[in-house]
Amino acid sequence: MTRRTNCGLLALMVSVAAPARAADLTVGAGGQFASISAALAAARPGDRVIVRAGMYREQTLVIRTPRLTLEGQGWPVLDGQGEREVLVIAADDVTVRGLVAMNTGVSNLEDRAGIRARDVRGCVIEGNRLRDNLWGIYLQRSAGCVVRDNDIEAHGARQTESGNGIHLWYSSGARVERNHVRGHRDGIYFEFSPHGITRDNVSERSQRYGLHFMFSDSCRYEHNMFRDNNSGVAVMYSRGVVIAENRFERSWGSAAYGLLLKDIMGGAITNNTFLRNSTGLFVEGSSRLQVTGNVFTQNGWAAKVLADADENVFSGNEFSGNAFDVTTNSRSANSTFDGNWWDEYAGFDLNRDGVGDTSFHPVRLFALVVEQHPAALLLLRSPLVSILDAAERVLPVLTPEALVDHHPLMRPPR
Amino acid sequence: MNVVALVLQAGLRDLSRNRWIVAYALCFLAIAEGLFWFGGTGPQVLLSLLNLVLLVVPLVSLVFGTVHVYASREFVELLLAQPVPRRQLFAGLYLGLALPLAGAFVLGAGIPFVAHARDGATVGGVAALLCAGVGLSLAFSAIATWIALYTDDRLKGVGLALGAWLATTVVYDGLVLGASAAFGDYPLERPLLALMLTNPVDVARVLVITQLDVSALMGYTGALFQHTFGTPVGTGIAAAALLAWCVIPLGLAGHRFLRRDF
Repeated sequence: MTRRTNCGLLALMVSVAAPARAADLTVGAGGQFASISAALAAARPGDRVIVRAGMYREQTLVIRTPRLTLEGQGWPVLDGQGEREVLVIAADDVTVRGLVAMNTGVSNLEDRAGIRARDVRGCVIEGNRLRDNLWGIYLQRSAGCVVRDNDIEAHGARQTESGNGIHLWYSSGARVERNHVRGHRDGIYFEFSPHGITRDNVSERSQRYGLHFMFSDSCRYEHNMFRDNNSGVAVMYSRGVVIAENRFERSWGSAAYGLLLKDIMGGAITNNTFLRNSTGLFVEGSSRLQVTGNVFTQNGWAAKVLADADENVFSGNEFSGNAFDVTTNSRSANSTFDGNWWDEYAGFDLNRDGVGDTSFHPVRLFALVVEQHPAALLLLRSPLVSILDAAERVLPVLTPEALVDHHPLMRPPR
Repeated sequence: MNVVALVLQAGLRDLSRNRWIVAYALCFLAIAEGLFWFGGTGPQVLLSLLNLVLLVVPLVSLVFGTVHVYASREFVELLLAQPVPRRQLFAGLYLGLALPLAGAFVLGAGIPFVAHARDGATVGGVAALLCAGVGLSLAFSAIATWIALYTDDRLKGVGLALGAWLATTVVYDGLVLGASAAFGDYPLERPLLALMLTNPVDVARVLVITQLDVSALMGYTGALFQHTFGTPVGTGIAAAALLAWCVIPLGLAGHRFLRRDF
């Protein structure tokens, strides 16, 4: 054996042995440390700090050791006692799991979070419970982090005394998966956080929006459930957003929308379900959106598409049981509806190709009347209104003539 | 023996033998069942039936009612020759008309919902629709009785009945729509709510849509609407308004019946 191979072998042994040197530091009953902060101070990169069940009332914990894992066993409780932030991640590649972080208290001067990641890369926050915190999980200028399987609940009395469940600020490439958020101001919030993936989350009973994102380009939102949120879901000022297979349910109120799109450029809204919202989909100032394969059921207004939204294409969607299918605020129509299924379509299909032979005008005269004179809503479902709508459909005088589905489907697409 | 019961019995026997009332029940049964049959879910069937109820129940109650009261003329004259209190005779006459109409509607429209109970129509929605239909039957039977006793000219009576139908189902709402457009700059919600109460068809419609169109009624106007009529108190007010539409025409008809010379 030459000296050179000896050296190589030694180097290999060292590199294999290095992770094995990572130690487990145990906190709590029967462990080496009485407090988490002592264990964190003693930990070296790559170590694992195991926290046993118990109540821990310490100053704000700060993880400054890279590659550290902080793991709770038996749901140890980290209590902020109503006066401070609970846990801050300030080193790269840290994993936090199995903890209960609670009771940060309300502050108007500082944004206290249950778990905060600050200026780091690659953190993993998974399987934690967050209770009654001002902010739940807060990613601040942290790239490539994973937030998954967390259960987050707050009971803030007012919007102004409550923060967001999962809050991302200048944090690109994040993955937010399988979390359950209840009762925060905004359930999930993205700001200046592009390239994120948000999947399989449940966000409900938010005091404002179930999901709220702004200035976050190229994000994907898939398979999430948003229900009973005070104002629904609002997405604004972003490009290339994909919103697919989500459910938007029961957003009720005069300013509540299943999904509100404002200034969104070039995205896809695909295969979502909008059920029982005052307004299912609200589109303002957005362009080149593909709205495809969605189901709009039992909403007050299935889709409100304002005239400043242009070149959007609605196709293959299903509209059923809505009080109003489509409404707009102008006679000019800049978005296209083609090949949707409308339960109010009464046409026929002589050549049996599945596409109706006469076109369908989804904007009812009454919808425009209500838009201008809200009090007229009291005549909803009146026989007179049906007669007026029928007359208007035969000979459109007031409704946008260009807003026509020329190829209405005879059967629901799915 | 109670004369009301007797006359009512005679009226019921007369009407149940009447093919029209059976056809009326079967018609509702066929339509409601057909709506389920062609793939409708509970809420959609309710909404489709609502339009039918608002148009057909007043029409049938008015036209059938006036014709029936005219046809009962000889029977009434026969009984008046006996020592029978007029008040009780009148009560029997009205109930003998209104109850079969309401019953036929409840059976026809109700049975499909019981049979398709799993299709997701809420109990509140079905109950509201049935109550609205019964209320409309009772109210328009009373109006029909009044019309038939007001004029002896049968043609004029049926014409008045049709006029009343057109006025309550279409013309009235047209005026309300016109008013809401003309006075759109003013806060109109509360005056319009009051206007809704003064038309039996609107009251019935309001009773049902506060149960069905909940998502549309959660905007500002709708919420006020819902708060007014969607609460138990509001439902009570609406029901009282519908009851007033039975009692007032019935009082006028009774007044005429007690004094007129047959």
